[in-house]
Amino acid sequence: MHELYMIVSGPMMWATCVVFSGGVIYQLGRLLRLLLRKERSLLSYMSLRYSLRSIAHWIIPFGTLNMRRNPLITLVSFSFHICLLIVPVFLTAHVVLWEEAWNISWSCLPGPVADGITLVVPAACIFFAWRRLRRPEVRFVSDPADFMFLVLVALPFLSGFYCCRHWPGYEVVMIVHIVSGQALLVSLPFTRLAHMILVWFTRSYMGSEFGAVRHARDY
Amino acid sequence: MDALAENKVRIPSMAGSSAKLQAVDAGIETGLKGLTPAKITEVISRVLSAETGARLMAYFSACTHCGLCSEACHFYLSMDGDPAWSPMGKVKQTLWEMVKKKGRVSPAFIQRAARIAYTECNLCRRCSLYCPIGIDVAYLLSVVRRICHALGVIPLYLQDTVNSHSATFNQMWVKADEWVDTLQWQEEDARDEIPGLRIPLEKEGAEIMYSVIAPEPKFQAGLLYKAAVIMNTAGVDWTMPARPGWDNSDMAMYSGDFEIMGRLKRLYFETAVRLRVKKIVMCECGHAFRSIYDTGNRWLGWRMPPIETQHAIDFYHELLEKGRIRIAKKFQPLVTLHDPCNMVRGFGLHERARDVVKALCENFVEMTPNREYNYCCTAGGGVINCGPPYKQTRMLGARVKALQMQTAGAKIVIAPCHNCHSGLEDINQHYRLGLHIRYLADILYEVMEKPGAKELSEQEAA
Ligand code: SF4
Ligand code: SF4
Repeated sequence: MHELYMIVSGPMMWATCVVFSGGVIYQLGRLLRLLLRKERSLLSYMSLRYSLRSIAHWIIPFGTLNMRRNPLITLVSFSFHICLLIVPVFLTAHVVLWEEAWNISWSCLPGPVADGITLVVPAACIFFAWRRLRRPEVRFVSDPADFMFLVLVALPFLSGFYCCRHWPGYEVVMIVHIVSGQALLVSLPFTRLAHMILVWFTRSYMGSEFGAVRHARDY
Repeated sequence: MDALAENKVRIPSMAGSSAKLQAVDAGIETGLKGLTPAKITEVISRVLSAETGARLMAYFSACTHCGLCSEACHFYLSMDGDPAWSPMGKVKQTLWEMVKKKGRVSPAFIQRAARIAYTECNLCRRCSLYCPIGIDVAYLLSVVRRICHALGVIPLYLQDTVNSHSATFNQMWVKADEWVDTLQWQEEDARDEIPGLRIPLEKEGAEIMYSVIAPEPKFQAGLLYKAAVIMNTAGVDWTMPARPGWDNSDMAMYSGDFEIMGRLKRLYFETAVRLRVKKIVMCECGHAFRSIYDTGNRWLGWRMPPIETQHAIDFYHELLEKGRIRIAKKFQPLVTLHDPCNMVRGFGLHERARDVVKALCENFVEMTPNREYNYCCTAGGGVINCGPPYKQTRMLGARVKALQMQTAGAKIVIAPCHNCHSGLEDINQHYRLGLHIRYLADILYEVMEKPGAKELSEQEAA
């Protein structure tokens, strides 16, 4: 077990980092290349002011009409994305790892809070899956991969929670935790999860066209 | 808030279930006959690789399939939330499959894709305000139109207008002499009211070139009359072209025939240059503005239109603000305003439109939603130009629009756009709303001071 742990937390972690950052760079490069080769003129419409205006409205909860129309989805989506980002970075166990590996450290979340927000992510995934199945307009545009992503996102959080509790067999679950986290990172640049990187560009473009060219709101 | 949600008045839904209405369209049928699987694959791959790029890649990679764009679409709302009418739902049934299958789709698929892209989306961009990612569904569906155009599968009526553009440089087969005759006839009529009025043709060096769309000389000549009265009263130094290049409409932009679109816009801008005018003023038409300001200019390589181009709403605003037109007595009946997609989501003229309406009318009430969030008239994007085979679908898709207008409570709806005007009139009749759809020019003409005008009795005596 220990050997396996060493492998997944050692070489596989490095491999994950390489694939993840390589993937992000590759996708951004592809986007840029397509932009320069085929749609270079779009660059002339980009406006920093209106990109930021658009991003600001969409990054602030209830900052747009559609968010105000769907308060439940807004709440769940924002909690989901916020927890998704802060848990891996500010959880005590992770902060310790960073410290051991790189000798850097920052403050971590107090235990009960950390527990709570760790569970927000899988809970939100259940909500999203339920919504995908129940709402016809969402089911219509869903494919099996969309459900798989939800499992993929929930797994590291559920398994992490399990390990923290030192529940029976947590050593095995720890492997699941690390591997599923790696799978998530590796798939991010190559799947729809890439919206995490691309959304900044698509929003900026929409914001610029609407703001600088069409003098209208896009939120 | 969407009108549908907060409405007390009910217009019953007549939408069927997901079974879509079948229309027989000779243009599409004929186009399909020439298709082979190999040709379909070749054309799709060619259009995708030669004409799309970063946008398409980013949109397809980033769409989270969340369906949050659905409730933006009047078709989806009117069809009782049938997902086949939602924005991404329409992309899923068309471009999504084409991309996924690398163009290996059947002629039957193309038939359905053409119907969806040409007649079930108005390219109104309302869904752009709802998508968290910032995906432009209207752009994706216009790529589908481009593919269908390249395959020769185009609704007959729409293609006929494009043929007219191609042969005559106007949308309605208006002949060269017919155009000049109509202007002179309107000038003559208007001189009975305002002696000395002119519609100056081909006046080089005038300050303004005034341009209209072909339906005006064809069957709404009264609008030319009113424009002439407004221009003369305001003392504008203006002209109209007597030669082709006078029509600013552009159905080629909507059929996906960008080559024809380019020819039209080039002649249009060149006409303004030939007449050495300082700026172009356009009639109350939305799609023509989109063609000149957003789509056609870009195709020709102009980041922005090469000549200042002003829409009628903005022009009236200027005349009123500078006091070049004065109001004799404001219009009394209660009015409401329909914001044309291309003038609000396309150019942000919503506040100016309100200023103009309030300057002309004593009693104004908003319809809800309004401004950028207004519902499309369901005629835009070339949909009304696809003709009778699709009218029933268009009417079913306009249920929320009917509801929205009815709830506003005004009997007079001002629609400063030709397409909207015709579309709303159809809705008015179909749903028996008892409304009057008016242009701004109609009301402006009615309420303005006309210092040089003969009294009505004098005119009658004459
Ligand atoms: S552009 Fe308008 S008509 Fe087309 S899908 Fe979006 S909201 Fe519907
Ligand atoms: S287009 Fe936008 S709103 Fe619609 S499903 Fe995709 S991400 Fe969601």
